[in-house]
Parts: sequence; structure tokens; C-alpha cells
Amino acid sequence: MKFSKFSALAATTALCAPMAYADGHMSNELTLVSWGGAYQSSQHKAYVEPYLAMNPGLKVIWDESSAEAVAKLRAMNEAGNVTWDLVDAVASDSMRLCDEGLAEEIDHDNDLAAAPDGTSASDDFGALLVSDCFVPQIVYSTTFGYRTDLIDKPDSVCAIFDLDKYPGKRSLQKRPIDNMEWALYCDGVAKDDIYDTLSTPEGVDKALAKLDTIKDSVVWWSAGAETPQLLADGEVVMGSTYNGRLFSAIAEQNQPIGMLWDMQSFDLDGWVMPAGLPEDRKARAMDFLKFATDTQRLADQAKYISYGPARASSAPLVGKHAELGIDMAPHMPTDPANAGNVHVYDYEWWADNRDDLDGKFQAWLAK
Amino acid sequence: MSDTTNSGPVLAADGTPLKRSLARALRMQKIRALMLIAPLLLFVLLTFILPIADMLFRSVENQIVSETLPRTVVALADWDSESGEAPDEEVFTALAEDMKIAAEAKLHTRVGSRLNYENPGISSLFRKAGRKAKKWDIENDGPFKEKFLDIHKNWGSPDVWRTIQVYSPKLTNGYFLNAADMKKGADGAEWRPENEQIYWTLFIRTLIMSLAITTSCIILGYPVAWILANLPSRSANLLMILVLLPFWTSLLVRTSAWKVMLQQQGVINETLVWLGLVADDARLVMINNQFGTIVAMTHILLPFMILPMYSVMQTINPTYLRAAKSLGATNWTSFWRVYFPQSVPGIGAGSILVFILSIGYYITPELVGGTKGVFISNRIAFHISSSLNWGLAAALGTILLVVVLGLYWAYDKIVGIDNVKLG
Repeated sequence: MKFSKFSALAATTALCAPMAYADGHMSNELTLVSWGGAYQSSQHKAYVEPYLAMNPGLKVIWDESSAEAVAKLRAMNEAGNVTWDLVDAVASDSMRLCDEGLAEEIDHDNDLAAAPDGTSASDDFGALLVSDCFVPQIVYSTTFGYRTDLIDKPDSVCAIFDLDKYPGKRSLQKRPIDNMEWALYCDGVAKDDIYDTLSTPEGVDKALAKLDTIKDSVVWWSAGAETPQLLADGEVVMGSTYNGRLFSAIAEQNQPIGMLWDMQSFDLDGWVMPAGLPEDRKARAMDFLKFATDTQRLADQAKYISYGPARASSAPLVGKHAELGIDMAPHMPTDPANAGNVHVYDYEWWADNRDDLDGKFQAWLAK
Repeated sequence: MSDTTNSGPVLAADGTPLKRSLARALRMQKIRALMLIAPLLLFVLLTFILPIADMLFRSVENQIVSETLPRTVVALADWDSESGEAPDEEVFTALAEDMKIAAEAKLHTRVGSRLNYENPGISSLFRKAGRKAKKWDIENDGPFKEKFLDIHKNWGSPDVWRTIQVYSPKLTNGYFLNAADMKKGADGAEWRPENEQIYWTLFIRTLIMSLAITTSCIILGYPVAWILANLPSRSANLLMILVLLPFWTSLLVRTSAWKVMLQQQGVINETLVWLGLVADDARLVMINNQFGTIVAMTHILLPFMILPMYSVMQTINPTYLRAAKSLGATNWTSFWRVYFPQSVPGIGAGSILVFILSIGYYITPELVGGTKGVFISNRIAFHISSSLNWGLAAALGTILLVVVLGLYWAYDKIVGIDNVKLG
């Protein structure tokens, strides 16, 4: 009797001990915020499943709120009740969150894993560390898809402005970012001068005048799924969207769509940690962040979705698609064959001018 | 007879004046009633009225500048913005001190973002200066004017300093001016350049489109409600399910379905081309414009029009119509002079519901509105969720609220709010 009681106690203690030991100061819950869909599931498979295998007691909750993360984080912060631990955000949103004091600053070299060869995290990510509060995961690009059966193969982004050679409607995102740059580029402005030109009122007029030439032939989209659908329906003959969306339309759904990589606009998506988390949750989030952004994890994600890993050291590890079995490297926006002529997005410039230009762009649209 | 000569107050059985005793009994009743509704009252107050009041206050609130840069604001008060030159060293020293404190508390970029709404470029000036200011020793590192100019030449721009000066008071009408396509110029309010004007257009468009949607809901809904009210109850119930069915379907699904129907390669165009009514290269443009918005929103809001109409029409006694006809009225006269006036309260209730709902819609216009079908609520949503300019969003929302209340008041004056019935 005595013995069995004791052994039961011992067993309980033994069961509890490893958890208490390993997670002593870490929360047992982790709330991650992402975009839902194929992208979130690629994160779940590449980061969360192996992390859960290492931390059996942990509960991971996904919230598909990245699209309104900026506003919600601000509201949570003002209410003093932040329920999120890590938020997936695009780079420009991460800068805004950082500026507003809503995101935690991250010491990239101390908080993140070094590359397998010992290169420090900040060197491995390089220029992609665009904000002190941001840990990039993937490089994606906004680029064009076209109907291979309805128009000739375009070889330059300026095909969108050439209504004679490529008749039909095109779809563009309902925002000034990227469209203004493409307009100036196709109006003969040198790539290096685009932002200088756009900084002047005349430059803005010039870009809008160029867009004016195709305004009646444009369908404006606001959700990434729209362009693939419009292309599939034959409603537009070419249109911009995220490269991963085009990849799944082409490789997974076998639509007659081709990729136009010329002047693709690189952008980044990554983790942001809300400011002012309690210590135990912060420790848990930091531990996950370090694991989920190491070289192997970022390379693993490319098995499930065609976005390029943000670390230089991950690129050689990119393998085949987990289900389709096709080689993923040629579908990455960062692949040398695709990245011959890219548009380099100036985050700092857009952080300053986004609101102003958006006003002008919307006024132009409404006219 | 002594009773009648007693002019004192009437007393209750226990000797207290009847008036007081009655008041006490009533007061108890009132408190009990109040206690019963207290949970609801508290709930509405906490979750509805206070947040709205807080949001409305944001449209004029502007404490961030004077709270984060207190010394600069004081030093800058004497600076003449017309001088065409940046302020002197004294102001820059004050700014250096404020900036150092703000940067240590990570507040400098917030002010930068706030001022960037008014003058694009300020956000990066503050971000860059804050990074340097953290390492400054205010006592010994001066003069600071050169240091700021080294960080960015725009620190010497009078325009930047004018923005700081103009937006230093704790309350501002700047957001309301922005919401009316105006700005704070050198001598008070002035219009924005034409290529930046957008809100007036959108306010007027929102009102016109909402009116058009309300009208088309009345035209489509009235006959349906009439049929519903006059059918035997079994078939009426079946029809009612058809009316309610859209209610149970997701808004996004219904909107996407309209895309499939209306687009150029869509069901309607394909049919018309197949029938030879429309040439293949001249397909109708029915979506991504105002037409598409009106069609999709009319469909979505139609039940809100039909239901109040139906419940009012059900109460109209059919014998009135028969009486009118037996007295020699034609079908039209008996409808127009007898039936229609009795159904007006239903139209009124439905119209108010549909009009107010459509003013606040933004998902459907965003998806099917293209460039000409966008509402003011789309811009409010943008400023709430994307640009984080909540002050401007609050100002736009306040204006919209005032316009709706004004229309409600006008409706009350013209039609009379007593004349609105939900059943």
C-alpha cells in the first residue's frame, strides 16, 4: 500500500519533471498569426511540426489575421491585452509597427541562429533585415502572369502598357506601390532614377500619365487570389500577383498561364514580435523564433510553397516540392535565371511617401 | 363637518402625506426597473457608446507632439514660419534633448509617423535623427543645428519646422480639414491641389449610390412583399424562405457569384453572345463599375427592404380594397389611393435600413466596385487598417455620422418618424 502510493507519486513527479525543467520559464502556449491558406500550412509543416516534436507539452494556436494585423495590434496594445506572440507581416508593415512602438526590437545576432558555417545571422540575412523589429522568412515577388494561348509571349514588363501588341485587359493591384515604378520604368526612366523621379510632383504626374494610357483596360485587384482567377476565366490576358499564386495556378492546376519575371518586385515577409509581452511568453516566442528562422527550417518551407528562403545559406538546401516532386529552385523568384532584371523596392522611401502617394493614386483612380 | 375645513395635505394610512408616500412607492418601482435594464445599459455603454465617443475624440486629439517634444514646442513658439529660414540653435538644442529622451523611450518614430501624415518625409527624418540622438551628450555635444543638418538636409527646411509648429497644439482641426480635402496653409485653411482631392467626391458618390441602391430595392422589393402578403400562408412561407436564403449565405460567396455572372467572360455575356444579341468583341461591361456595385448590393440588401414592407402589408385589411372597388374605383385608383398610402410606413422603415446599411458597406464595393464604385467607407477602412491614420478615419467617420443624423432629421421633418413601422 505504502509502496504503491510512493511509486504513483514518483511516477507523477517523473512525468512532470522534464516539462517543468525544460519549460520552467516558458509559456506552454504560443499564438502565431499568419495569412491562412497554402502559405500558413507551409509554415505549419516546416516550422511548427518539428518544433512541436521537440516540445510535446506545447500548444500552438494559429490566427489567420495577418491582413489586419497592424490595426489589430494597435488596438490590442491600447487595450493593454496583447494575445499574439508572433505575427507574420510584410516588411513595410513591420516598419510601421516598429515606428509605432508596437513591435519588439530584435538583436539579430544574439537572438537568432547563426548559419551552419558560422556566418552570423545578420550577415546571412544581409540587406533583407530592413527593420530592427523584423526577422525575414521568405522573399516573394509581385510579378506578371499571362495567358499563353491568348497573347504572344511578352519578354518585358512594358508589355502591360503596349495595348497594340498585347490587346485585352490586364489586372493590377489597387495601390500605388510597384505600379508607379513600372510606369516610370516603361516611360524611359532609368531604374536607378525611379525613386528620385517619384520624389518630385512632376515624377508622380508622369507615372500617373503613363498609367492613364491603360486605365480603361485595367481590372484593379485587392486580394492576391483575384489575378489567377481572372487569368483562368480569360477576363484578363495578363496581370500582376504574388509569384506563389501563379506557381500554383501553373504547376498545380495546369492553367495555360506563363510567368513573366522581368522587373519582378521583390518583397519580404517575416516575423514580428508584439512589444511588451510577459516574460514567459516572450521567452517561448524567442525560442520558437530562433528555431523557425534557422537555415534548415527556411529551406524546408520551400518544399511546400514557391517562395525563396530569406537566408543566403538556405538557398543551396532548397529541394523538391513535397507533393508534386518537381525541382523548386527554378520557381524561386531569387533563382538567377528569374532574377536577371528585378525591381528593388525602397522600403524607407515608401515608408515616407506611402500615405501621400496613396492619396494621389486613389484620387486619380476615382477620376 | 370638520373634515372639509381641514386644508392640510391628504394623509396616507400611516400618517405620512399621500404625495410623498406615492413618490416613494414609484421611486422603488423606478429603481427596480432600472436595475433590470442595468446590465444592458452598462453593456451598451461600455461596448458601444464609450468606444464611439473615444473614436470621435481621436478626430481632434493631437497630444503626441507636445507630449513627446515639450521643449521644442516651447522654443519653436517664437519662430516666424514666414521667415523662410530654419529656426536657430536654441530650437535645435531643445529638439536634441527631446529627441534623446524620446529615442530612449522609443517614442520618436511615433511622432515622426504622426507628422508624416501631414508632410511626407518627416517619418524618416525622425527615424534617422533618433538613432543618432541616443548617443548624444546634450551638455557637451553642441551645437546641434549642424548635426541635424548632417543627418538630413531637410532638417533645415522651413516647411518641416512649419509642420511641427502648426501641429504642436493639443487639439487640432487638421484631421477634419484633411477629411474635407483641405489643409492648414500659411494663412489658415486652404484647398488641397486638385490631384489630391478625393473625399468630397467619395462622400457625394456614397450618398448618390446609396440612394440608387435604396430606390432599386424599393422597386424590386415592393411587388415581392405584396405577393408575399397576399398569398395563402403555405405558399407565402415557401416564398419567404427564398427571400431569406441570401441571408444565410456568406457575403463573400454572394459577391463572388455576381462576379461569375456579370464579368465579360461571365454567364450573362456568354448567353447574350450565344444568342447573337451582343457581338463577341463588344461584350457588356457590367462589373468593376457602379452598375456592378448597385446590382450586387441591391441583391444583398433586398431582404432588409422586403421584410418590413411585408409585415406592414400583412396588417392592411383587404376589405378596404374591396370597398374602394365596390364604390367604383378602378384597380389602379384603389391601389394608389387606398392600398399604397397604408404601405408607406413599411417603405420608410425599409428605406432607412437599406440606406444606412449601404452607406457603411465596404467589402462589396471593394470587390466589384472597380474605380468608380468605391465608397467613402473603403477609405475609412484603409485609414484604420493600413495607414493607421486613425485621426483621419475618425474625422471621416464623424462626418458620415453627422450626415446620416442630418438625413434622419430631414426624414423626420418631411415624412415623420412616427410613420415608420416594422410591423
